[in-house]
Amino acid sequence: MPLSNRHLLGLQGVPKEDIQLILDTASTFREVLERPIKRVPTLQGKTVVNLFYESSTRTRISFELAEKRLSADSINFAISSSSVSKGESFKDTIKNIEAMKVDMVVVRHSAAGTPLYLTKISDANIINAGDGIHEHPTQGLLDMYSIREKLRKIEGLKVCIVGDVAHSRVALSNIYGLKTMGAEVSVCGPSTMIPKNIEDLGVKVIYNIDEAIQENDVLNVLRIQLERKAREYFPSIREYAKYFGITEERLEKNGKDILILHPGPINRGVELSSGVADGLNQIILKQVTNGVAVRMAVLYLLGTLN
Amino acid sequence: MKVILKNVSLFHPVQKIDEKGIDILLTDGVISKIGKINPEEISGAKVFDLSNKHIVPGFFDMHVHLREPGREDEETVQSGCNAAANGGFTGIACMPNTEPAIDSAEVVSFIKKQSKDHLVDVEVIGAATLGRKGEYISPMAELYEAGVVGFSDDGVAIKTSGILKRAFEYSKMYNIPIIEHCEDETLSGGAMNEGLNSTMLGLPPIPSVAEELIVIRDILLAEYTGGKIHIAHLSTKKSVEMVREAKRKGISVTSEVTPHHFTLIDDSLKIYDTNFKMNPPLRTKADVDEILLGLKDGTIDCIASDHAPHSAEEKEAEFEHAPNGITGLETQVGLALTELYHKKIITLGQLIEKMSINPRKILNLPVPNFEVGQIANFTILDLTEIFTFDINRSKSKSKNSPFDKRLLTGKALGVINKSKMFYQDEFLNL
Repeated sequence: MPLSNRHLLGLQGVPKEDIQLILDTASTFREVLERPIKRVPTLQGKTVVNLFYESSTRTRISFELAEKRLSADSINFAISSSSVSKGESFKDTIKNIEAMKVDMVVVRHSAAGTPLYLTKISDANIINAGDGIHEHPTQGLLDMYSIREKLRKIEGLKVCIVGDVAHSRVALSNIYGLKTMGAEVSVCGPSTMIPKNIEDLGVKVIYNIDEAIQENDVLNVLRIQLERKAREYFPSIREYAKYFGITEERLEKNGKDILILHPGPINRGVELSSGVADGLNQIILKQVTNGVAVRMAVLYLLGTLN
Repeated sequence: MKVILKNVSLFHPVQKIDEKGIDILLTDGVISKIGKINPEEISGAKVFDLSNKHIVPGFFDMHVHLREPGREDEETVQSGCNAAANGGFTGIACMPNTEPAIDSAEVVSFIKKQSKDHLVDVEVIGAATLGRKGEYISPMAELYEAGVVGFSDDGVAIKTSGILKRAFEYSKMYNIPIIEHCEDETLSGGAMNEGLNSTMLGLPPIPSVAEELIVIRDILLAEYTGGKIHIAHLSTKKSVEMVREAKRKGISVTSEVTPHHFTLIDDSLKIYDTNFKMNPPLRTKADVDEILLGLKDGTIDCIASDHAPHSAEEKEAEFEHAPNGITGLETQVGLALTELYHKKIITLGQLIEKMSINPRKILNLPVPNFEVGQIANFTILDLTEIFTFDINRSKSKSKNSPFDKRLLTGKALGVINKSKMFYQDEFLNL
């Protein structure tokens, strides 16, 4: 059974069967990654452009590796300048890339909605690698894959997304995906970092981190973006770490075996203590490995869709 | 030249005229007879059969951006006036956020000169502060003498309460209103209304309270100084409620709403179409409901387009980076008739008051009357024609409208003013 959409723009509205298919396909590729020769000929002859309008090392490398392991020809197009005032030049760029006969475009952009716009001006399959503070669907998928791998299920689990939910593209993709797969989702963070009306998405809002730890099976801890505007939303890093940081003491106090995810890169001593970041509860580096497999699955399923 | 407008339905809410089967004789654009006219008695007269069509006092749009001087690629005085005539307006007021801003008598005369020979009256709103920067009040006396009819820093609110107080006090000498774009910029800076939709779309939010704080500031300062405040394009429930309350207290406040703010809500943004991006942003159903109530009970005095032409190059950008604003001169009449008159929110009389009478009263301009000897200033309406708005037939230089292909009921067929007529896509000298 193929995917129901030829693009992956977000996890909002993606049916359960599609997510299931991507996760199951990822399992197959996960096995490929353990082989001595980590390469399959599946996407031979296909051309994928990684169009990154915003700097990103991890996501770009993960996609690039996934493309190479599927034997696709991949091209990196990184535009460091965030000067996007010339809208027409953006369209021209896409049209130029399009004219080179590419099959798929992986796009990262600081403005929400850009991947949807690409689908209107390009015939390629579009994969959203993060648009503004909107969605980051492959991150949502790899988080779900990692949870499923570790806990053998998603349905019925209680998952809390912790941190700057308002300025995170990971949060929405997690919320949509996890809820579709039958998990119970909550968010926890300073109230200035919880976006308006999020409860209307069927998400519980918690302001106390101890309560979040006690109530949940999984914490997906977001990165506090110290370099960005997010810094205006809480009084000090010290205060954030004290009231929302996850430490060994806190986990111990709540006497809970809880699974901890983090999309990386970690601010050690802020959202996670070093002890937790390297501890037994976390699967942070597994997420990175799984990310390649999940992206291979997405590229493969979309690239062979016709 | 003699013109006979045959078999019209004549309607004027102030003069209490509502009669069918009337003929009007115009001589060189001046009303010379109203009643029954036998065309054969008047030699050489050009006859227009306007059976089942209404003639109402010419519409006036008090909130238009003409972009000249500065962005003639987007709109000129000429193209804006053509769009106005095509949309059924005999008069417009243009906002001062041009480049340079309309903060000197020279720019006022330039615009007046550009519009002199056009059918459409162009009234000028002067900047309230120098360069619209909110630091010093503009040369209001000189601007008044040059003919401006209102002061505004539109595009932004007057920056501080201090300078606004001074602007009220100074402009009071000329009994001219301050027209405010109400937005507290320390709270806004986003791309759409704050709510579930902004959360789901990942777009930076603009809370409704950013507008409401400035509405209440302005009302309080108008009351304190005795100045006149006109709230431009109000868009939230609370703004309507505050204006209603201020009017009840007898404060000199008037207000306007745009057709998009009584027609659309923020659900329309789900496809990130930048033609739905404007400031103030589209709000929620609760806001629209209160606006409709405000239109009905008279809290909202005027309907104005906030016609804001933008080049396709600039509009066709990422949603967050695209400029705010949509064109509106040519959809306003159709939307007002479809959404307000046909849905029985307001009567035809109220609609004409809000689109012809009240804007002129607020700006101290004469209201067109249907009397022999008066220059004809008419809008010709077909209240029941059903048509699809086609942006490619727009006379504006810009095409940024969310209403392209929208089905509308009720259309402006033409206008008459300044001894000129625009009818069936043609200008005629009368």
